Amino acid sequence: MLSVIKARAKQKYRTSRYPAEAPVMPDRFQGLPEVKPDACGADCQAGCVQACPVGAVSRGGGRLAVDLGRCLFCGECERACPHGCIRFTRDHALAARSREAFVRDGGPKPLAAALDGRLRKLYGRSLKLRQVSAGGCNACEADCNVLGTLVFDLGRFGIQFVASPRHADGLLITGPVTKNMELALRKTYDAVPEPRIVIAVGACAIAGGPYIDHDEVRNGAASVVPVDLYVPGCPPNPWTILDGLLRLLGRIPDHAG
Amino acid sequence: MSTPRTLRMGEAVPLAEIPRLDTAGFRARVTDVAWRLRLVALFGRPSYALTASEGRPSSSSVAAEGQSAVEPGAPVTLTAIFADDRNGQMQAFSTDVGASYPALTPDCPQANGFEREIAEQWGVRPEGHPWLKPLRYHRSAVPGRDAWGRAPGTAIEPSVTDFFRVEGEAVHEVAVGPVHAGVIEPGHFRFQCFGETVLHLEIALGYQHRGVEQALRHGDARRVMPYMETLAGDTTIGHATAYAQALESAAGARVSARAHALRAVALELERLANHTGDLGALAGDVAFLPTMSYCGRIRGDFLNMTALICGNRFGRGLVRPGGVRWDLDPARKDELLSRLAAAEADTKSAVELMFDSPSVLARFEETGTVSFDECESLGLVGPAARACGAERDVRQDFPGGMYRFQQIPVGTWSTGDVFGRAFVRWLEIQRSIAFIREVLQTLPEGDVLAPCGPLAPDSLVVSLVEGWRGEVAHVLITGAQGQREFYKIVDPSFHNWMGLAIAMRDQAISDFPICNKSFNLSYCGHDL
Repeated sequence: MLSVIKARAKQKYRTSRYPAEAPVMPDRFQGLPEVKPDACGADCQAGCVQACPVGAVSRGGGRLAVDLGRCLFCGECERACPHGCIRFTRDHALAARSREAFVRDGGPKPLAAALDGRLRKLYGRSLKLRQVSAGGCNACEADCNVLGTLVFDLGRFGIQFVASPRHADGLLITGPVTKNMELALRKTYDAVPEPRIVIAVGACAIAGGPYIDHDEVRNGAASVVPVDLYVPGCPPNPWTILDGLLRLLGRIPDHAG
Repeated sequence: MSTPRTLRMGEAVPLAEIPRLDTAGFRARVTDVAWRLRLVALFGRPSYALTASEGRPSSSSVAAEGQSAVEPGAPVTLTAIFADDRNGQMQAFSTDVGASYPALTPDCPQANGFEREIAEQWGVRPEGHPWLKPLRYHRSAVPGRDAWGRAPGTAIEPSVTDFFRVEGEAVHEVAVGPVHAGVIEPGHFRFQCFGETVLHLEIALGYQHRGVEQALRHGDARRVMPYMETLAGDTTIGHATAYAQALESAAGARVSARAHALRAVALELERLANHTGDLGALAGDVAFLPTMSYCGRIRGDFLNMTALICGNRFGRGLVRPGGVRWDLDPARKDELLSRLAAAEADTKSAVELMFDSPSVLARFEETGTVSFDECESLGLVGPAARACGAERDVRQDFPGGMYRFQQIPVGTWSTGDVFGRAFVRWLEIQRSIAFIREVLQTLPEGDVLAPCGPLAPDSLVVSLVEGWRGEVAHVLITGAQGQREFYKIVDPSFHNWMGLAIAMRDQAISDFPICNKSFNLSYCGHDL
């Protein structure tokens, strides 16, 4: 018993003061890309478009745009561009409520708006989620799990992962939704009582990630169930996931970040 | 019978030197070596992948026909790769088969999963296989050929198949999954129980199948690194390094000592994060909450050290063929060393607390035991094998990169139970920390990334890496123009899932969570 108390003292108090204090991201972290379509050179060979493994970079009508929903944050486009039109910043706040909001072409940054009306009243202070991995590689799953550890302490925000869809207010889906998981995902969704929300975490769950357009997958959660919040990344940093969840619940002011 | 071609890890062997036996000779060779050597890989590949040096047309004429280039009725080449761990050598041999061949599994249980995979991927039926079921529930790559005779139009649903069933009064069945109670990947577990006692557990996977190997054969070359880094996302460094090593071997590329050192640091950090997380989760499963809380956090500290090197907690974007993409400046190295020291002290306090608690030991000891003989006949790898007393570790037996210069002691235990698997992890945590410190303190100078160069044509390379779960094996076969003709991935979980099923025999069903966690296998790494 004494050794338990001794270890407790040695391990210290580790819970972060987030969201009052912003998290410090690693200096090499690749977060929100800054896109400057007007800086594209006249001689541009669109190397960025060719470099992207998943078709997230486009120059439709000659205007450069990056789709954060598809993006793996690998930085290949940034390396391919001689004019510095794409630059990944350390900004970790990336979540959005719609797929369209992710198309970055120099406009203002999309920030997830809070749920409104009844849903916010119901879930703003207590949200129970059932996690479903549908082809996830265990990186998104691991960084959802980590939110339960004492640094993030998800419970203090009233958010909790529960064991049964019957106990849940919504689903948190990871993975591109393999065809072999489609039925199980539908059944799990149907088992969640209404009103229910769905959160898609990671590039795979948003658009298929590296597996986009494979015969074996469905290109993301929205192809099977309606999605209320998308969290980009491969995998998203835990701070990115937490930021998205708190914005959805209206626990971070819309203008912050 | 021709003499076997001995090959070393990371050696590009001309395909023509790999003995091609008739099916009876192949079977005799497998039976002959199965009791003393370990099966690294056994795979099929379509005849179109056979190149001119083997007396077959090259793929270049076929590739133009597009993706479904496998001709109906074409023969399939089986290749077996066995490892002699003690001598650090492997041997490979091949045979051609038609729609069926006599199964190897009855005489070589290690081949069980591999033969099911061959049947599913190529529609080749191993006749006499004791339990021939699909692994991943997809259609074969050979049009019109199906090992189970399913008509082309019929739907293939996961787990819709036979299950082993125990009959009798008071015998009951418990089915769990694919969606589980925790934040965990999907799989289906079916227990045959007599009261609380599990007589048999059958594990049905395939829900995570994303078509990685198929895409590596036909897909977009730009996606190859993302595939490698996500085919088992918690083993990003392990699989990315195995791929890079395979390419570098085929290209004869020189990778700088500094790049090798940084890869080894990243690989050990991956091991540290996962092992620490597993010890915490094991503590949680027996309701020992202090160690669960501390280790859960410390796991994040190790992930953040990887993020310090490359920005991503899982090491995405770090390892590339030819080296690594991020270097360590002196300040970063010092920061890494100081974080490592802090994490070392925290881990020691958290883990020793657990191993000093009789209530924890009472739950770990003699739970989920796998015997040494079972371990050998199933060909288990990684901490699961070392916990059974098998001194087997790629870092020692088939060292590549940094491990050729700096050794790391192999930690073993003899009990084969949950305690053994937990304790081996703890031994490895301590040794990995010491290893990283040593490597960082003697970090070689030089560049970290060089071009890889063209691949040798008509060659086969076996690339092995000791991932945190065990042996990560990649096999690369190049074609006549030095193109990537065929690629085979064997995640350590592929060998070890059967170990979990065996560990559960005669166990209380309530011990399943700690048994499962003590293996902590990859679903997506198996399903690919």
